[in-house]
Amino acid sequence: MTTPAPTAKTPAPTAAPPPARTTVRRRPRRLAGAGTVVRRRLLVAVPILAATSVGMFALGAASPIDPAQQYAGAAAFTATEENLAQIRANWGVDDPLPVQYLRWVGNLLQGDLGWSTSRHEPVTAVLAARAGWTLLLVGAALALVLVASLLLGTLAAYRRGGWFDRALRATAYAVQSMPVFWIGLAAIALFALTLGWLPAGGLTDITATGTDPADVARHLILPVGVLAIAQMPWFVLFIRDAVADSLRDDHVLAARARGLPGRTVLFGHALRTALLPFLTLVGTHLPELIGGAVLVETVFSLPGLGAVTVQAALGSDFPLLAATTLATTVVVLAANLGTDLAYAAADPRVRLDD
Amino acid sequence: MGTPVSKRVAAVAVAGVLAVAGCSSPTTTSTGAAGAGTLVVATAGEPDALNPVLNYGVDGGSLIFDGLVARDARNELVPALARELPTVSADGRTVTAKLRDGVLFHDGSPFTAQDVVFTYQAVLDPKVDSTLRSDLDMLASVTAPDPSTVVFTLKYAYAPFAQRLALGIVPAKALTGQDINKAEFNRKPVGTGPYRVTSWTPGDRLVLAANESYWGGKPANGGVVVAFVADDNVRAQRMRAGEFDAAELAPKLTTGFDGQAGYRVQRVPTADYRGVMLPMGNPVTADLAVRRALNAAVDRAAMVTGLLGGAGEPAFGPVPPTSEFAEPSIVGRPAADPAAATAALDAAGWKPGPDGIRAKDGRQAAFALMYPATDSLRKELALAVTADAKKVGIKITPEGLTWDAITPRMGSDALVMGYGTPYDPDFVSYKLFGSAFAGQGFFNPGSYRSSVVDKALQDGRANAEPAARKAAYATFQKQLATDMPWVFLTYLQHTYVVKDAVAGVTPRVEPHEHDVANSLWWNIHTWTRKS
Repeated sequence: MTTPAPTAKTPAPTAAPPPARTTVRRRPRRLAGAGTVVRRRLLVAVPILAATSVGMFALGAASPIDPAQQYAGAAAFTATEENLAQIRANWGVDDPLPVQYLRWVGNLLQGDLGWSTSRHEPVTAVLAARAGWTLLLVGAALALVLVASLLLGTLAAYRRGGWFDRALRATAYAVQSMPVFWIGLAAIALFALTLGWLPAGGLTDITATGTDPADVARHLILPVGVLAIAQMPWFVLFIRDAVADSLRDDHVLAARARGLPGRTVLFGHALRTALLPFLTLVGTHLPELIGGAVLVETVFSLPGLGAVTVQAALGSDFPLLAATTLATTVVVLAANLGTDLAYAAADPRVRLDD
Repeated sequence: MGTPVSKRVAAVAVAGVLAVAGCSSPTTTSTGAAGAGTLVVATAGEPDALNPVLNYGVDGGSLIFDGLVARDARNELVPALARELPTVSADGRTVTAKLRDGVLFHDGSPFTAQDVVFTYQAVLDPKVDSTLRSDLDMLASVTAPDPSTVVFTLKYAYAPFAQRLALGIVPAKALTGQDINKAEFNRKPVGTGPYRVTSWTPGDRLVLAANESYWGGKPANGGVVVAFVADDNVRAQRMRAGEFDAAELAPKLTTGFDGQAGYRVQRVPTADYRGVMLPMGNPVTADLAVRRALNAAVDRAAMVTGLLGGAGEPAFGPVPPTSEFAEPSIVGRPAADPAAATAALDAAGWKPGPDGIRAKDGRQAAFALMYPATDSLRKELALAVTADAKKVGIKITPEGLTWDAITPRMGSDALVMGYGTPYDPDFVSYKLFGSAFAGQGFFNPGSYRSSVVDKALQDGRANAEPAARKAAYATFQKQLATDMPWVFLTYLQHTYVVKDAVAGVTPRVEPHEHDVANSLWWNIHTWTRKS
């Protein structure tokens, strides 16, 4: 299925009534190819996920790390080889790689993600207990990044070369060069230790008996803020440049010439043009955001997937590692698909027939 | 302002965030502080299961479980679930324990001999992923002739067996017929100890409530929260923010709390040693003169002050000075003695070459010294040994590696190792220095062989008579000091920061491992906080 390509070079701004060709009539058809695209992407996703999991197992098998010794920890110095061999046999980790892989896939198809040897509980339990916090952290940070960078970038572009623009760009370059854990420790030192406004870490007050949403929210202010600030420079600079460019576009200049108010031109015309490539940027930066979340979780002692993934890797805990790797891959694939659909919805020149 | 397009984009973004937030909304919403007087302690390590059978809190101080015996502030055995210390038969192969009456598990069920039998049989069961099995090699069977008596039968006489009875006892009822490796019990344990588990959020914290009907007396506080904070700096920051009553911190981070109002630093002596293992499979380190020279050349005093920030003491052998088995004649100079080192090398024919490195029969006095790359203390010790050795003409090449790269090379390259236990000299040394374990993994990786040591170690474990044991371990230590298969460097002190308001802290000598159990808070049920 294809959508008829509109002949107009740019979509007509609805805030400005005159142009005859109105987009209102076409809008319902823009996502007409979406179903096909989603089906095709799903077909592609299956081999990608399979390849990712095979690669993960192969890398794990090439690793010289003995999971039983990792499991034993300091007891590896007193445990006999028979003892460790028995544990490996119980786990089946000495089986040939294809056997381990097929067993894992077989369980997966039955909805069983397997047993985490490093955490000593079912992988589903590990994910259930932790993935939510990581998603909450990443989701809230992403929302903050989007809102703040759109606002700041647009304002900087509007007064290009002004003091706000220069200060914002200088700050963005400075922040870009700071490691996220450093920003985190600095934020703790300032807001928790010096000012005493916010807790220094943890998910809740240390003596709380439950997870009260208000308590959790207060504890997430610093981690979400730090993750957002660490990821923001790219987005701010991108929006600032894109809006600055589009402010010189013909249709924006024309809108200005017609005497439309500055705010309407800025947010209605210039930002709107800049938004489309921005969607792509969001999609491609998602993995980086997840990577940053791992460090932020460590600095703020949050029980997310970050630390547990590192632990799984160090302990050759294939089932857990495979699950977190696949979950991340799924998130990235879904984000790419979402980006494309949003792009098509936003820009009539984009056809959903790839 | 918003055009339809940007509205739609915003809607997609908002919907996404809501969906994300929605699917992660917490399931429990109760709030409020835990019982009054709750103490909060922070530790770097987190157990992966709370089941003694799977190696949780094995040597006592587990807070949740009790063993048949426990250790007091001086690490001496005292009766716990056993009503008196277990008795040993004349041939040393039958150990009988009489159990305390009226002890209840946290779920209210009575504690009986069957629970003890079940616990030890579970450890011995090959289907159970317990690394403790190696520690109970000597155990042939365990039986309960009546509900308040347990009899352990050993394969051979093993004098320190009573030390192994500090293992926490689990209720048979809760685990019978289950796969212990995967039991729910491992996360929701039931013990007899001073605290019962309220909740455990992996990666975050363990919440314990006082066991009001504890057989040893009601705890002095309402409960304990153990916060798991893996990163050293973060733990120090949160301690400074006042979140914890006590926290385990690296020596260098505790110095910031010295003299700070409201806090005090606890430096706890340990049996946790660091030393250089010198393999007999390397022609240079196999030369006794080289080993003696190294032992004299290293500046242990400088390592203690410079690398440990004062939190340690020089080490000259594997039996800590705090142990009743420590041989008083095994002392050395804390400072380096380059004159003695060069004299030993000169006497053995190691002559300085043009580059300052000594050589003998065309072979340079050079070898590699491995250390686990992620362990910054061992790295610093390796570099210090390298520098000290260079001063007397021995060339060491330090190499930071992963354990997997280290393991296959332990037979021919030196290694910075660390371990140690304060409980019994047999526990670690029997395998670490016995000929029978030469070249077997981590046991005796340098293949040190000495018939004198072998006999002394055997006498030490087979002989129940205290004076004879002491004599055996004296012989062992003296022979080790003569042969020097290791250059022992330092004993560490484990360092903690405690709020001044906390009373009742009683440090005791600690083993190598310390996290929830065996830490400063081994007797936290007697701690109180002045408010």
